[in-house]
Amino acid sequence: MAQSATAKQATRTATMPEKIPIRLTVNGNQMELTAAPWTTLLDALRDHLDLTGTKKGCDHGQCGACTVLVDGRRINSCLTLAVMKEGADITTIEGLARGGELHPLQQAFIDQDAFQCGYCTSGQICSAAGLIAEGKARTPDEIRELMSGNICRCGAYPNIVAAILQAMERS
Amino acid sequence: MIPFQYARATDVADAIKQIAADPYAKFIAGGTNLIDLIKYDVATPTRLIDISRLPLRNVEQTATGGVLIGAMVPNTDLAYHPLIEQHYPLLSRSILAGASQQLRNMASTGGNLMQRTRCFYFYDATTPCNKREPGSGCSAIDGLNRINAILGTSESCIATHPSDMCVALAALEAIVHVTGPAGTRTIAIADFHRLPDNTPQIDTNLEPDEIITAIELPAKGFSDNYSYLKIRDRLSYAFALVSVAAALELDGETIKEARLALGGVAHKPWRSSAAEVVLRGQRADAKTFANAADILLRGARGFGHNDFKIGLAHRAIVRTLGQAARGAPQSISDKKIR
Repeated sequence: MAQSATAKQATRTATMPEKIPIRLTVNGNQMELTAAPWTTLLDALRDHLDLTGTKKGCDHGQCGACTVLVDGRRINSCLTLAVMKEGADITTIEGLARGGELHPLQQAFIDQDAFQCGYCTSGQICSAAGLIAEGKARTPDEIRELMSGNICRCGAYPNIVAAILQAMERS
Repeated sequence: MIPFQYARATDVADAIKQIAADPYAKFIAGGTNLIDLIKYDVATPTRLIDISRLPLRNVEQTATGGVLIGAMVPNTDLAYHPLIEQHYPLLSRSILAGASQQLRNMASTGGNLMQRTRCFYFYDATTPCNKREPGSGCSAIDGLNRINAILGTSESCIATHPSDMCVALAALEAIVHVTGPAGTRTIAIADFHRLPDNTPQIDTNLEPDEIITAIELPAKGFSDNYSYLKIRDRLSYAFALVSVAAALELDGETIKEARLALGGVAHKPWRSSAAEVVLRGQRADAKTFANAADILLRGARGFGHNDFKIGLAHRAIVRTLGQAARGAPQSISDKKIR
């Protein structure tokens, strides 16, 4: 068997890289953390900033549970290094409600019973917020296509589409 | 993830200087593929050089009527750019057929060309793979090869190139602009990606110390008669089993000019000039299209699980050329193939 990639890496790296200070605006708040370069934005949010609403599903960009908004655009936080987003404006599920009032998408997900286990829901809602901001989806077919990066293993898709349609009509 | 150093490139010259200084360094732009490969221990860089902030984000018309696309333009921005939607809808559709909106928001134009195969064995660091560990063998040839190539394969590798965007770029005869220590040069898209032969570890003809700065599209955009049809195991957000980019220029019912490129079937976007030759000057009908498909697939070879791709590719070629001829390109959201 070939020498493992990790072993090869160990032989090449003489010194461990230093941790790097990173400034982010998260849900309107200026935040600072110090993290290793290989810390993903997802791990930074969950483990460094204690914002555990963003979920780690597959950790490989295949499920969408980690979706957050960076400078207004939806991305997979698991495939993003926190250090690369230095200075960025990040919105997570914790930042969508205004005061005591739920975001229209959060309310719509409740109204339409758009989740079962709920693990994918914060990613679904952040992704849908990005989708509405993009303005490219109008029909259910278009919503399904542009939401295909968010997997719901409970299969709540019809209700998720209904919830997004409801939020689109009211926004 | 394995530990690595991180540095930001200040400009293109600095990026080249930094990559030349460290043989184990890699550029990172969108990171959608590279970070995943690092998580799987397939890519093991000691240093990542962040080029995502380089000022390569313009999409502008060229003096010759084409378009120059900066290498850092995100895939989404490119797909929805008015110049691309209007003059190169084949490119726009192909981009939107790939990945998810989240990934397209992250992925860069240059990075799309540099993404690596999704062959199961390339990703599984516990199995032999000549692309990952040269000389270790190919697990796919006698393994689970449903997703693997049928054209241009070698005894050492039957991986496919995963990009949709690059299939349209091949049909549109895009030109890749690169810069290295010796200066700038251009590479025709047909010469950018390589066939595996006995060096499958080398995906492209980009030198390790070169950086992609832009992609140029020639003036001809085929915006009247084109289609991108992608066949996959689910209706969205999956890699192509077979995809077809077809672009035609018609004079009545006669084909004046034809471009035909396939994805999901080879180590690079597969364009067949022999198939295009038999389309030119002929009537745009199913018989002509089938003839082109016969010629394109001459020499196609399956490896067991992927034998079906040969017949599928034939039907997909005929169907996509028909859509292009009718001016009825495949819809992205309505999944019915008409």
